[in-house]
Amino acid sequence: MKRQIREAIIEKGLFLAASASIIIVMLIIIFMFAEGIRALNFDFLFGMEWWPSGEKFGIIPTVVSTFIIGLGALGIAIIIGIPCAIFLSEYSRDPIRSIIKSSVEMLVGIPSIVLGFFGLVVLVPLIRYNIGGLGESILAGWIILSIMTLPHIISISEDAMRAVPNSFREGSIALGSTTWQTTKALIIPNAKSGIFASIVLGMGNAIGETMAVLMVIGNPNIPWIPQSILDQVRVLTSTIVIEISYAIWGSMHQYSLFALGIVLFAVVSVLNLISRLIIKEEIRKRW
Amino acid sequence: MVNEQVKEKYVKIFLYFTASFSILVLIAIMFFIAIKGMGMLTVEFLTTAPYRFEYGGIYPQIIGTLYLTGVCMVFAGPIGILAGIYLSEYAPVNIITKILRFFVESLAGVPSIVIGLFGLAFLVYYMHFQISLFSGGLALGFMILPWTVRASEEAIRAVPFSYREASLALGASKWQTIKEVVAKAAAPGIVTGLLLGLGKAIGETAVVLLTAGSGLESFLPRSIFEPVASLPVYLYMIATQGHTSEAYNRAYGAALVLLGIFLVINVFASLLRNYYIKKHRVRFG
Repeated sequence: MKRQIREAIIEKGLFLAASASIIIVMLIIIFMFAEGIRALNFDFLFGMEWWPSGEKFGIIPTVVSTFIIGLGALGIAIIIGIPCAIFLSEYSRDPIRSIIKSSVEMLVGIPSIVLGFFGLVVLVPLIRYNIGGLGESILAGWIILSIMTLPHIISISEDAMRAVPNSFREGSIALGSTTWQTTKALIIPNAKSGIFASIVLGMGNAIGETMAVLMVIGNPNIPWIPQSILDQVRVLTSTIVIEISYAIWGSMHQYSLFALGIVLFAVVSVLNLISRLIIKEEIRKRW
Repeated sequence: MVNEQVKEKYVKIFLYFTASFSILVLIAIMFFIAIKGMGMLTVEFLTTAPYRFEYGGIYPQIIGTLYLTGVCMVFAGPIGILAGIYLSEYAPVNIITKILRFFVESLAGVPSIVIGLFGLAFLVYYMHFQISLFSGGLALGFMILPWTVRASEEAIRAVPFSYREASLALGASKWQTIKEVVAKAAAPGIVTGLLLGLGKAIGETAVVLLTAGSGLESFLPRSIFEPVASLPVYLYMIATQGHTSEAYNRAYGAALVLLGIFLVINVFASLLRNYYIKKHRVRFG
């Protein structure tokens, strides 16, 4: 009897530990809204001007820049990442495959500040002296951010392609197709929702990324809607990091930065949710 | 037919190119940082404190980073393991378990800067922990908790079912079985997961910048409620605000040390993972 009571208590304790994530997420939502709700109004969401000392907090230029940076980086990451995933899943065997796979996994973990620093000292001067502008630009942001997004796209879309049953490949090869014909006609169509999920997830990662992108995009004092890829811009994350250190606690400026955080959180959560639903639907369909 | 063979060849070359590109990027970054930072790696640089941007070393930054990840692990390690045990051994298939998993995934998706803002509002101002080692470590812990939960769950799930059956057949209770048999068999896998979480926490900048300190502190904290320096924040400050070559040299040195710690943790984790896979003939992660 005593033993059963002890077992029951242990189970409850473990359940409590498992609930920690719920508590933390709830607290995050409560505190972000408690600080940010006062700034979330029409002028904030649709204003064109962000000028803290003039009490103007409009986020449109920042949001537009965030999406330009995110989509561009995603584009580059797709162009390199999907072929790389096809290579890993369809064209390579074990020693090479596992070497590439583990370096890609390593790339996920490299501290983003180190990547940003690399961008600042290598990429920025390269652009400044060879292409023009100040170097700190949308283009630099695209490149650095695509390096950060690449591993996510590669690993999830590769998983999706490898999940296609081998009998499909065998059948197709037996009919005389080349590997590329098989990939094009069978593997990609069957893995397309997984590939799509990886792209959506990559977008969420790109938009939420902070330090690497901050160091190479210039962050002008007054954000504007960029006219060329050599323009300096400001994104949601970099605005928060740069301005939170001098925003007076309890001022409209601080509330607005938390409201930026809410917008960022909302956008990233929606993207994550979409990709998770796609993956779940895919698993359900398969089994 | 010949046409298809030719096409196959070109496709193959293109695919090779994209795959090698992703490795080359990794190698290029590491080599560049290693070559530029190597000259800074003197005993003096590693054992003295910084003074402004251009002078001194990074001793408090290195130790501060270790302190921060230590506090982070004291929080995220035990809770993550216990939650992993619950999810793999106890959780019934019902709506509550689904909700639990949903929130673990949600927490994993929160951008780190949002965790930083939350840490600032909740830990620093609301709980009055100040900008400190404690706030920074705890905020980092919030960030990596989902990774420790998932890694523990996977490692525990990978333990063959026969282990459990044998223990239960000997009359052990469920908890005794988990504690004495399952947890021991899963230990290397759990440690691997924790190490990978640690690698993530060590390089994190945004969270630490907002909750732990300005990065240039030249003293170690005397208590857990004092600000603490850290390598990533030091690197950020010095790379964006120090505009002299002396400052840049220090940034290269700090980047190399950070990358080095990160690599050591990762190599150790993957050795442990290989050992684990060999021992149990299972795959995980």
